[in-house]
Amino acid sequence: MLAHSQDSLKRTPLHSLHVSLGGKMVPFAGYDMPVQYPAGVLKEHLHTRTQAGLFDVSHMGQLRLLPKSGRIEDAARALERLVPQDIVAIAKGRQRYAQFTNADGGILDDLMVANFGDHLFLVVNAACKEQDEAHLRANLSDDCVIDSLADRALIALQGPKAEAVLAKFCAAAPAMKFMDAGPHEVAGIKCFVSRSGYTGEDGFEISVPDSDAERLARMLLDNPDVLPIGLGARDSLRLEAGLCLYGHDIETATTPVEAALEWSVQKSRRSGGARAGGFPGAEKILAHFDNGASRRRVGLLAESRAPVREGALLFADSAGGEPVGKVTSGGFGPSLSAPVAMGYVPVSLSALGTKLFAEVRGQRLPLVVAAMPFVKNTYKR
Amino acid sequence: MTTTLYTSDHEWLAIDGDTATVGITDYAQQQLGDVVFVELPKVGRSLKKAEAAAVVESVKAASDVYAPITGEVLETNEALAAEPALINSDAQGAAWFFKIKIANKSELGGLMDEAAYKAHTA
Repeated sequence: MLAHSQDSLKRTPLHSLHVSLGGKMVPFAGYDMPVQYPAGVLKEHLHTRTQAGLFDVSHMGQLRLLPKSGRIEDAARALERLVPQDIVAIAKGRQRYAQFTNADGGILDDLMVANFGDHLFLVVNAACKEQDEAHLRANLSDDCVIDSLADRALIALQGPKAEAVLAKFCAAAPAMKFMDAGPHEVAGIKCFVSRSGYTGEDGFEISVPDSDAERLARMLLDNPDVLPIGLGARDSLRLEAGLCLYGHDIETATTPVEAALEWSVQKSRRSGGARAGGFPGAEKILAHFDNGASRRRVGLLAESRAPVREGALLFADSAGGEPVGKVTSGGFGPSLSAPVAMGYVPVSLSALGTKLFAEVRGQRLPLVVAAMPFVKNTYKR
Repeated sequence: MTTTLYTSDHEWLAIDGDTATVGITDYAQQQLGDVVFVELPKVGRSLKKAEAAAVVESVKAASDVYAPITGEVLETNEALAAEPALINSDAQGAAWFFKIKIANKSELGGLMDEAAYKAHTA
């Protein structure tokens, strides 16, 4: 039942801090990571929603794309060959959510792209980072120097108290708006700071050199409003926020349209746009935009107390019939104090309020298609 | 006078004559973390030793609770179904799962006493 840490696992620069804080360490994406601390998943989750939580996300990949021409537009145009997002339009000091797509229109990874003026800064998923770097090198090397920032940690500070806490160390923090991103000093350390996160709460993500990471984390944790938060609560927070987890809710067989991520694909890249298409799988993804996809990611709320978890089959009826879809993420939402899930269903069954059933331990539990996020986000726009 | 016995799957049984009250141990609840849902067997169900009898779900995962012995379910703890977090606050008291009529007393011989269970979890 319990996973044990292994010597072969990689460690983030905050590993010894996690252990000293009583973190329960588990293998995750090749790293030995804290799934929870002594407070437990429930308290950690609720603390993040009401105060502030500190997350070690140093396992994620950080990369820079430097245009060989010296013109940032050239790096942006090059990256647009791999993602369906408008990268050219990202203003200096701004960040945007994107996906690497494949030739079938599926998603290879999702990522954040920031314009740092003379280069693009990318944050990608831990489990995909080697593959993403190879993908960038194979496709963009003519136009960009691809620089893997393997010597930087990434710390997320999330929750309603995040701004006040960070303001003590970073005077620029309060003026930042959601998805602002750029180099800033935090406690005198040269960092990259973005106002973003993976919890649905206001907050910041701070890229810090490995050698300063523990010192910075301890300074932030010294504030009584800040608790360390493990991967368990990170998952329940993002699930309540309706945010996709790569490899579960989105993967190589789901298009951005099926994944209900249309909002992340700007008009300039869609049919009729100034730079329509030109990314892997464009034919299929644009066809999904123009003609609709046959299935869609939806939010699901259970009527009973039993959590409906990843892999549960979905049915249209309380008995009989073939499965119509599958739950891709699910569990208990501590802020809602109720089970929450997301999954894929035929578009005909995707309207809000549609009644469905999930098979759990041989029983069909009633669910209803519900709007996401399940918990209102508090981004500072 | 009741005797409390333990299984290697971290269940406890309080034996009182022909009846055993079954729950999960404090060690088990610590490993599970915050419990948010419990599914109990139906009263009257005949359980075979080692068959899945109940389900306990924490925020992160679902775990089966196995019947530690063979017998018929006499009573279930409705207070626990209503407030699963009782498992975290009082696993070996108020958070009992069900009572079972002991079908075969010889099955008790394979269970651990408190000292043996402590050694098992040390």
